[in-house]
Amino acid sequence: MAQHDYSDIARQGLWNNNPALVQILGLCPLLAVTSTVVNGLALGLATLLTLILSNVTVSLIRHYVSPEIRIPVFVLVIASIVTVIELSMHAFFHELYLILGIFIPLIVTNCSIIARAEAFASKNPVGPAFVDGLMMGVGFAAVLVVLGALREVLGQGTLFANAHLLLGDMARGFEVIVIEDYRGFLLAILPPGAFIGLGLLIALKNVIDSRAEKRRQAQPVVMSQARAGTAG
Amino acid sequence: MTVTALLLGAFAVLGTGMVALTHHNTQARIERNEREYLLRTLNALVPPSEYDNALYEDTITVESRELLGSKKPVVIYRARKEGKPVAAILTPVAPDGYSGNIKLLVAVRYSGEIMGVRVVSHLETPGLGDGIDIAKSDWIKSFDGHSLNDPDELGWRVEKDGGIFDQFTGATISPRAVVKAVYNSLKYYEQHKDEIFRLPEQTQEEAGHGPA
Repeated sequence: MAQHDYSDIARQGLWNNNPALVQILGLCPLLAVTSTVVNGLALGLATLLTLILSNVTVSLIRHYVSPEIRIPVFVLVIASIVTVIELSMHAFFHELYLILGIFIPLIVTNCSIIARAEAFASKNPVGPAFVDGLMMGVGFAAVLVVLGALREVLGQGTLFANAHLLLGDMARGFEVIVIEDYRGFLLAILPPGAFIGLGLLIALKNVIDSRAEKRRQAQPVVMSQARAGTAG
Repeated sequence: MTVTALLLGAFAVLGTGMVALTHHNTQARIERNEREYLLRTLNALVPPSEYDNALYEDTITVESRELLGSKKPVVIYRARKEGKPVAAILTPVAPDGYSGNIKLLVAVRYSGEIMGVRVVSHLETPGLGDGIDIAKSDWIKSFDGHSLNDPDELGWRVEKDGGIFDQFTGATISPRAVVKAVYNSLKYYEQHKDEIFRLPEQTQEEAGHGPA
């Protein structure tokens, strides 16, 4: 464990061990707020920030916290960070806060945050803990955004609606109407749509993984066949 | 043992301190945001040019479960110009929506004519009943200009029930609940018109403690 492989940490967070697609953690907010891209992105960013701050803090205090009290201390750290983020959001992104409402304080209960604190940050120096938080957070946010995009296009035929709530007035023109005069597809906006959408994303990831796996296995075979061919 | 306990205590103090500090620094801004948001909604109903008092401060709270839909006291905002009553904004609840309460703002001109209605919060089905929300459709504007006797009692219903107000495809319950709540608000206004403008100002903190 002398050398930390940052690219491996990145690959774990973004793909191989993605919190939403592989660990299947934090589903409650994931399914509840992904009705649009902007909602998904906002919750994704808040979760990302929480993950980075909690990972760094936990890593910094890892030598001082004895094993018996580490879980309550981690919960305290995470809860304080989330409350600070919640208050700041309420102050600076008021309308977005009204939309996301209860799901910002509920970030505390997102298991992927305490899981990273316990499984990684409490055993590693600040540098890798920061990268781990960043990558896990980006991996989670990416799934929120993709699922949000999927449901927004199918559900109401737009993309980036209400972007100005997150990015300020200059983003007012960001809304793209993908399907003109769309009556809306109810299932996509309702919770079942979120479950089905997430299921499809997980399936897609598995298909990509198994393809890649097959190619890796196939390669030596091809080479040996080729060699056999030249020999024959 | 003691060290561990002290350590845990120290983290609790540290965490609470951080939250308290943030709260202290954001509180004023959060309050301002909430006031501005409320004022923006109220101004969409009663344009700022029509009144000159502090609309969100000039309030009273009243109770009428039958007509305003809530057991709890309900706020009424009063708009005045040069001391004369201009309009009242009632905040009734439509208790019979498809899922949960629909909270409304109903602005009534002093003469009894509706200046505008808005849905403040609702849990109606997205894509069906949520057409009552101004963010989704203009349906809610169809109340503008109507009053207690225009249309008559039979007209104050959705079209499906023989009234003049449109319902949406596949969703009759939400519009029906809103129409009923707006009509009841007008009734309340008609019965208590003088009282509404006469009662002394009541800050919202006093709500619930003061005489109903």
